[in-house]
Amino acid sequence: MNRCFKKKTTLVILMVLISFTALAAAKIMSVQVKEGHLRVSPSFLGKIVATLPYGSQVDVQEETGSWAKVSAVSGGSTGWMSVSALSSKRIVLNPGAADVEQAASSRELALAGKGFNAQVEGDFKATHKNADYAAVDKMERINISPAEVDSFVTEGRLTAGGGAQ
Amino acid sequence: MMKLICRYRFRFLCGLVALVALSTGAVARWGCKTMEGVTQVGTSVGVNTGVISSAHADSITKSVSAVSRTFEDITPEQEYYLGRAVAAVIAGKYRLYNDQPANLYINKIGQTLALASDRPETFGGYHFMILDSDEINAFAAPGGLVFVSRGLLRCAISEDQVAAVLAHEVAHVQERHALKSINNSRLTTALSVIALEGAKTYSGGNLSDLVTAFEGSITDMTQTLFTNGYSRTTELEADAAALTILRRVGYDPNALVQTLGRMGQRLSPGGLDFAKTHPSPASRIEQIKGQVESAPQVKPSAARQARYALALGQI
Repeated sequence: MNRCFKKKTTLVILMVLISFTALAAAKIMSVQVKEGHLRVSPSFLGKIVATLPYGSQVDVQEETGSWAKVSAVSGGSTGWMSVSALSSKRIVLNPGAADVEQAASSRELALAGKGFNAQVEGDFKATHKNADYAAVDKMERINISPAEVDSFVTEGRLTAGGGAQ
Repeated sequence: MMKLICRYRFRFLCGLVALVALSTGAVARWGCKTMEGVTQVGTSVGVNTGVISSAHADSITKSVSAVSRTFEDITPEQEYYLGRAVAAVIAGKYRLYNDQPANLYINKIGQTLALASDRPETFGGYHFMILDSDEINAFAAPGGLVFVSRGLLRCAISEDQVAAVLAHEVAHVQERHALKSINNSRLTTALSVIALEGAKTYSGGNLSDLVTAFEGSITDMTQTLFTNGYSRTTELEADAAALTILRRVGYDPNALVQTLGRMGQRLSPGGLDFAKTHPSPASRIEQIKGQVESAPQVKPSAARQARYALALGQI
């Protein structure tokens, strides 16, 4: 066979291998909670450097225990996020008919705002006067900050769980 | 001539590389698309027009059923709305205990426990509330809305024992026990409606079907929480997970045995609370005794006892 062709074939095979390796390393996940906190270290007591909204896509660079070092696909922020806040499914914000059709037969797709949503809650609320949503809203307003957990744990001689071991 | 062929072959191979790279990229990023049922989906659902032929509707419904739907298909966002409704029903049935320092205290304990659980973050986060009731009871709504009665808190006489009660509830949230009590057919209905309605808002019969599936799901869950109880296996699973959480934070796992012991003394047979919905405290103690005895001893903490007495001493 021609030497030139052999040489270039080797080069191409090399390119294939490189592209495979690079792509295997790329792992995109989606934020599956209302507010995904990016922290400076893999711990809930780590300072929050950015907050990514529901459905944001992140590129996973490194994983340790229950934490992933990620960067926002939209750019800008990098930090540690608890894997419980991430989903391997792609979350489609404002899904259209084609997304809905695809999601009907796929487990790789999640549709934001579809199914049991605020609209259904509104209808349920209107027909179930005994359901006390004001109490639930009040409950959801109680938030304990990482700093409060930190001092509560220190004062009580406890250990903050959930950090990378 | 040879050079020319060589160049063309090279271009062809480069094209091939690009194609492979692209297709591999799609797989690496999102994994393989589940193919079951895909072929049954007909042509596009008349984009946002809401006009769907009955044959098409049938094909979509078939495809939804083809991918069997279970609680695992409930997204964290949907779990959040289900959880809010279950919590609203609980809050409608009981009076809230409006003691801010007491509620803040159980939220600090609860949040510390939740962060040490296997599911530290949920869509809307964990929130805890005391119910102004003498009943010995606690409820964990999906997504992390947890209620505990004054009657149950009176069975706990230290922060570690309150933590044991709350850790059991956090474990129910972590394991998504409430969602597992929803009848699968309701989820299939809900998913069919979603597939049939591509528009942003639901209307008419579709909304009504969705609300019916939602209502049914809430009834399945509240009936389990109020009346039927979880299976014995489910409760023991929550006790085991609670011990793990307590150990991670540094609370005394033996506190769960102590609280169960006091509950056993206080529960009245035939009562409509934990006596009805949970296995007997004695049998639960029997199950966890081995794990607790092998755990390292935890020294009592004066600081924890002082803040417990301040917040819940008069509960």
